[in-house]
Amino acid sequence: MENTEQEIISIKNLRKSFGNTEIIKGISFSVYKGEVLGIIGPSGSGKSTILRCISQLETVTDGSISICGQPLVTDGVYVPKNQRHDIVLKSGLVFQNFNLFPHYSVLKNVTAAQIAVLKKSPEEARQTAMELLERMGLANKADNYPCELSGGQQQRVSIARALALKPEVLLFDEPTSALDPELTGEILAVIKELAEEKMTMVVVTHEMAFARDISSEVIFMDGGVIIEQGNPVEVINNPRTERTKAFLARFNN
Amino acid sequence: MDFDKYIKMLKAMLDGSVVSLEIFFLTLLFAIPLALPIAMGRMSKNKLLAGSTNVFLLIIRGTPLMLQLLVVYFGPGLFVIWLKNMGYEIAFFNWLNSWWKRFPAAIIALSINYSAYFAEIYRGGIESIPKGQYEAAKVLGFTPVQTFFKIVLPQVVKRIVPAMGNEVITLVKDTALVSIIGVAELLMVAKERQSELFSFTPLFIAGVFYFIMNWGVSLAFAKLEKKLSYYH
Ligand SMILES: Nc1ncnc2c1ncn2[C@@H]1O[C@H](COP(=O)(O)OP(=O)(O)OP(=O)(O)O)[C@@H](O)[C@H]1O
Ligand SMILES: [Mg+2]
Repeated sequence: MENTEQEIISIKNLRKSFGNTEIIKGISFSVYKGEVLGIIGPSGSGKSTILRCISQLETVTDGSISICGQPLVTDGVYVPKNQRHDIVLKSGLVFQNFNLFPHYSVLKNVTAAQIAVLKKSPEEARQTAMELLERMGLANKADNYPCELSGGQQQRVSIARALALKPEVLLFDEPTSALDPELTGEILAVIKELAEEKMTMVVVTHEMAFARDISSEVIFMDGGVIIEQGNPVEVINNPRTERTKAFLARFNN
Repeated sequence: MDFDKYIKMLKAMLDGSVVSLEIFFLTLLFAIPLALPIAMGRMSKNKLLAGSTNVFLLIIRGTPLMLQLLVVYFGPGLFVIWLKNMGYEIAFFNWLNSWWKRFPAAIIALSINYSAYFAEIYRGGIESIPKGQYEAAKVLGFTPVQTFFKIVLPQVVKRIVPAMGNEVITLVKDTALVSIIGVAELLMVAKERQSELFSFTPLFIAGVFYFIMNWGVSLAFAKLEKKLSYYH
């Protein structure tokens, strides 16, 4: 079955150390087209680090990463810099704290990279941006600045900004953690909608029910290794390992 | 009353204020861009470059501007004499020395001095931009150069406006220091006329000029700050 699907992300034996501390201790997984991979685990287990390695914000210590069949790093050896730029555009990263560009209007946040990086015409970029903002329910905020928006609205802009480059896969790093509880729903709804449209995604989250509902597969990691992996309902409702049980117990009350 | 003398005094002071304005604007023209590579050098990962830039900044900021004016103006001449004493004569330095004038020396010394202060302000501004801005830009495929000019620099400009305003106000007053190398700027003219006329008026006029000039600078910076307040 896996052979017929297109492998979007392939990670093999990934290791990452900061100084002498190994944070990711040999992790392998694949994400196939249209799949949503949920990553859960306690704080400090290395979830963000994995997404950051895929997005080239961190350099791996060892192991291999390929995106859409294009190797980024093979057994710890990176492809030349000029090839890495193409690969970075294949994935989009949505940050916990949005990282919108405060000096750009909402519209310009979504058009800037299309124009500067993809060399699209301003008119074309604007059209793409407006369609995306429409979908995010923010068309009427196009001319506002990020500081004038709520956290939930800012996060939706940042999702639009990432989608504007038409990435093959969208990576979310705790997209609701910086939001007030009453605002998390609107972001989860957007991600759910993207999942229904078969957008390939990797979602790091502390929202267990959400992870279970949208993921096609869930990884539970702890201490830089994968402890449990599989069907989301299985992993979250009937965890096999004691560590997973202990972790989930904290969320169920 | 020596009405004529007063008219002459006013004309001379007008010339002096034009010189002061020229010094002011030329210094800004050179120091504002020059400070950028200095700030970059100071922040460079190359230890030698960062270290030598730091030494340069320490020297410029640690010695009097007046001393720097003297060194820049008299330096080439003293260097030619020194070379001669060592038994060398290099045509280029002779040419440089013969061409060397008070006004360019003043502009060069002030530009170097102010670029050092501006560079430290730029550096503070650049370092205050959150890491997340660079990371977002990188993930979106911006090159480092695009990231700097499109994402970082515009935000830096907004952050440094108040500090730059203070420096520019100081510059208005520091233009008076170039009289030490005999550039006939406003204060020097005022001093001459004061002793000639035995009158306080020239000094008073000079004071009013500097005050008004700085009033304008303050207004301009307040306006700029307001213009950049559309986001925070
Ligand atoms: N730049 C860095 N330098 C040193 N240590 C780091 C760095 N980045 C992350 N770490 C360490 O790596 C470990 C894993 O961090 P990571 O952010 O990947 O965890 P996480 O699973 O995303 O946690 P959280 O749920 O709190 O976001 C942590 O112990 C963290 O302190
Ligand atoms: Mg994290």
